[in-house]
Amino acid sequence: MTSPAPLREAITGGDLPAMLAGRSFLVVAEGGLFDVAEASLIVADLHLEKGSSLARHGRLVPPYDSGATLAVLARMITRLMPRRVVCLGDSFHDGEGASRLGDEERRQLAHLQSGRDWLWVSGNHDPQPPAGVGGDFVTQSALGPITLRHEPMAGRAVFEIAGHLHPAARLRTRAGTLKRRCVASDGRRAVLPALGAYAGGLDLGHKAFSGLFDEKKLIAYMLDGGSIYPVALGRTRRAVAS
Amino acid sequence: MRKTKPLSLLPPAFETWFAERGWEPRTHQLAMIDKARHHRDALLIAPTGAGKTLAGFLPSLVDLAERPKRAKRLHTLYVSPLKALAVDVSRNLERPIAEMNLAITHETRTGDTPAARRQRQRINPPDILLTTPEQVALLLASREAQLLFADLQRVIFDEVHALAPNKRGDLLALDLARLRTIAPHVSVAGLSATVADPESLQAWLSCCGSGRPQADILRFSGGPPPKITIHEHSLNRLPWSGHTARWAYDGVYDAIKSHRMTLVFVNTRSQAEMVFQGLWELNEDSLAIALHHGSLDVGQRRRVEAAMAAGRLQAVVATSTLDLGIDWGDIDLVIHIGAPKGASRLAQRIGRANHRLDEPSKALLVPANRFEVLECRAAVEAVAAGLQDAATAREGGLDVLAQHIWGVACGGPFHPDDLYKEVRTAAPYAALPRQDFDRLVDFVATGGYALKSYERFARLKALPDGRLRLTHPRLAQLYRLNVGTIIESDTIKVRLVGRLARRAKASTSVARGGRVLGNIEEYFIEQLVAGDTFVFAGEILRFEAMAAGEALVTRSASPDAKIPTYAGGRFPLSTSLAAGVRKLVADPGTWSALPEPVQEWLGLQRDKSVLPGQDDLLVEIFPRQSRHYLVCYPFEGRLAHQTLGVLLTRRLERAGARPLGFVASDYALAIWMLGDVGDKLSSGRLSLSTLFDQDMLGDDLDAWLDESSVMRRTFHHCAMISGLVERRHIGEEKTGRQMSISTGLIYDVLRSHQPDHILLKAARADAATGLLDIRRLGDMLARVRERIVLKILPQVSPLAVPILLDIGRESVAGVSAADVLGQAAARLVEDATR
Repeated sequence: MTSPAPLREAITGGDLPAMLAGRSFLVVAEGGLFDVAEASLIVADLHLEKGSSLARHGRLVPPYDSGATLAVLARMITRLMPRRVVCLGDSFHDGEGASRLGDEERRQLAHLQSGRDWLWVSGNHDPQPPAGVGGDFVTQSALGPITLRHEPMAGRAVFEIAGHLHPAARLRTRAGTLKRRCVASDGRRAVLPALGAYAGGLDLGHKAFSGLFDEKKLIAYMLDGGSIYPVALGRTRRAVAS
Repeated sequence: MRKTKPLSLLPPAFETWFAERGWEPRTHQLAMIDKARHHRDALLIAPTGAGKTLAGFLPSLVDLAERPKRAKRLHTLYVSPLKALAVDVSRNLERPIAEMNLAITHETRTGDTPAARRQRQRINPPDILLTTPEQVALLLASREAQLLFADLQRVIFDEVHALAPNKRGDLLALDLARLRTIAPHVSVAGLSATVADPESLQAWLSCCGSGRPQADILRFSGGPPPKITIHEHSLNRLPWSGHTARWAYDGVYDAIKSHRMTLVFVNTRSQAEMVFQGLWELNEDSLAIALHHGSLDVGQRRRVEAAMAAGRLQAVVATSTLDLGIDWGDIDLVIHIGAPKGASRLAQRIGRANHRLDEPSKALLVPANRFEVLECRAAVEAVAAGLQDAATAREGGLDVLAQHIWGVACGGPFHPDDLYKEVRTAAPYAALPRQDFDRLVDFVATGGYALKSYERFARLKALPDGRLRLTHPRLAQLYRLNVGTIIESDTIKVRLVGRLARRAKASTSVARGGRVLGNIEEYFIEQLVAGDTFVFAGEILRFEAMAAGEALVTRSASPDAKIPTYAGGRFPLSTSLAAGVRKLVADPGTWSALPEPVQEWLGLQRDKSVLPGQDDLLVEIFPRQSRHYLVCYPFEGRLAHQTLGVLLTRRLERAGARPLGFVASDYALAIWMLGDVGDKLSSGRLSLSTLFDQDMLGDDLDAWLDESSVMRRTFHHCAMISGLVERRHIGEEKTGRQMSISTGLIYDVLRSHQPDHILLKAARADAATGLLDIRRLGDMLARVRERIVLKILPQVSPLAVPILLDIGRESVAGVSAADVLGQAAARLVEDATR
């Protein structure tokens, strides 16, 4: 298979090729998947305006999170030039999030949306369409045989790309335990990490992940400083412990 | 002469009470009454058993007995660092009040006090209220505070040496300033054990810059000097490095056997577990030996304390959690395992041992390695000479002040000008610039963000007269949930379950209901997989599973169990003790006091390399197994050495020496590298004075600091204390996703968008004095300028052996995350292509 030009460039940018349900993807270094055939960028859990959501309740955390999250998304878009961007739900931290978006961030988002399709998939934080921003709103979408939705279906049968769980992987090393956000995939299903600047990570060992993956084929693409480190946790755990 | 003075100070009822018990009021007890009569603040320094607590309360009892009764007004506020101590003291206070038939009411108020009673206490208080610092803050942050404290006559701080020198003391000093505003006539008494630096406590108690005279210092020293010996039996087994002191367990056991009750002090919780295991392995006589440290379940600790007080134990292995207050019963020997790290700390721990002031206390020091022999020797000499470690005056935490400002607003509107003036009367904030204060007010009001504003979510709004008021009563509620400066580290409950549980597969279905053994650091549990064994609460345990946020364990008999390590458990070597050690090493004339193997070791060092001079910094360079080592001996404590290690490694990297890692101890720092650093130094391509130049504390430090985990941890604490984020309370399950927000993420965002934010400033200041000990490192670099002695050696020197042995034992710093991840990924590729 010959890589199209954008793909070769992308690889030098730290992204890694991977297969899901027989389709070619790039695992994107910032935390997302890029479908090569349709030039679709898929990201999850932006949690925009989480900062102001907390501020409403008296916790005045820095109001810079939406800007920071959009800047990461802008980096991915500039590098990969997708025809379509799919945000897999929890794009806004709460139902009023979109209306609290600052002017600067609103412009930033509009700029990213211009010239391409933009799909907001609904999430549990944002079950309704976001007000006052562009893009289409759906409850789920598809990419060939692959379903795109916010929350992964229970069990193992489907081809699916989802978010919701904020996967992060832990690696025990002699320098201590490292925890990094990761794209988790067993070749049939992928769960994307949260892109939001204030969105945390949930350990892949947590019971929320149980039954979702074929553990023997599960690879955690750990993200660290613009690079991707694919790690088979099932094997590595034993190897590092010895 | 002696008769007239007591008569004038004590009312007849009190005179009779003393006389009937065959007692005579002690001079310092009368002096405290005298000070209170003249509205003077006082600091009483006296050893345990000197009637210190009664001395603190006598002025209040006398005053309350004589003055007409006033309802609904608090007369005396007593503050202790420990809930248990407040309860204990309240019980003791019962006796004089009952026996003299005084119409005085007294109550305790702690987190355990029922809500109804706490509510009533705010409106209808007793004469004397015994409580903790956090409760004082809560009382002040209520609307009733003005009324409640309006007639307050006296504040008593017990164990003030433990209260003052930390963030808890910062908050309490601010609360004291508040109390003085509400009740200007109040007189303050501090009760303290022997301390290093009475002047800093004196300042802490005093009202700074107000024209009010400083607190008077009253000293009561009783008892002959302690008898301290260093354990020397079978010293030929004394190891080069390590902290277990295993070589001396049999000696320790024999000492316990030949005394009534022994307190065995250790420096860390890990050591406590190890020593406890070791002693029980030898315990053929089934001596009652117990364990006491801060991670154990509270109920368990209380049982041990009660057994001690009742004289049912022969020994207790304990950490500093036993340092404070409560009456310990009849201890006739204190053993200190590991070096004491500070002369004052040692003196205080030994002082614990003896409640009869006419007998000398007895103590036995057990060094765990060769360097610790030197430290023990220096400590014995310092105690004999009455030397104490100086603590430098604290600059109050900015995060603490933010919390206080919020608390003040909960009590009612305040004017920033007035509050600033008041805050500056608290010693830790005496030098606070107005600009910092204003930025903190802004932080409490709207978060203090320069580029974007939270005006519409503001917590404080200005009234027309310039005063600021809380915008919503809910914010007072929020404040109350997060009051205080003690941040629980992320710990996990350890629950002992039966063997049956092992068969249950899904972690959710494991039977609950076993006994809770205590709390253990989350990061330690995270490293465990089912089946791993570890030592905790004096038992060998097998990790089974996590369930509902708890670690389920079963008993095990595995001989190679891990010992948990605990964050922040180590005390740094005190400056004066460090100087004592340097002096010992430098002067062979003093070595005769040292055991033979140590003399031999130092002699070898003199022959093969050179002895570090008292004020010099010795740097040794030698090759070993295709690596090049740089070892230096600043004797400034592990924290300062770690910081030095980070900064030197960066410089060596730039100089092309290709450093690989470093390890730091209390005495020395070792860095190893691929490049021939000796060649670079002797050829003049690299100079030592440049390498150790003070300017490393400038740009290099800043660059490293911002990305270091130390800053993240420090920021985490500042964010909680300042009220930026909600505290996680123990027992709440961590979801990791929706509700909570990681302070690490906030740190990253804030650092890149507003690096001069006041909370980052607070965190940097904390890191500099706390975990990084930059002040001490700076002092050292200044001291050794032009005094660095370089020794290039063909092989490892005798003095370097202990630190090199640490390399295999300590976790190695300076390994980058990318390297490790890269290795793990490479392994995957290998597996895949095999």
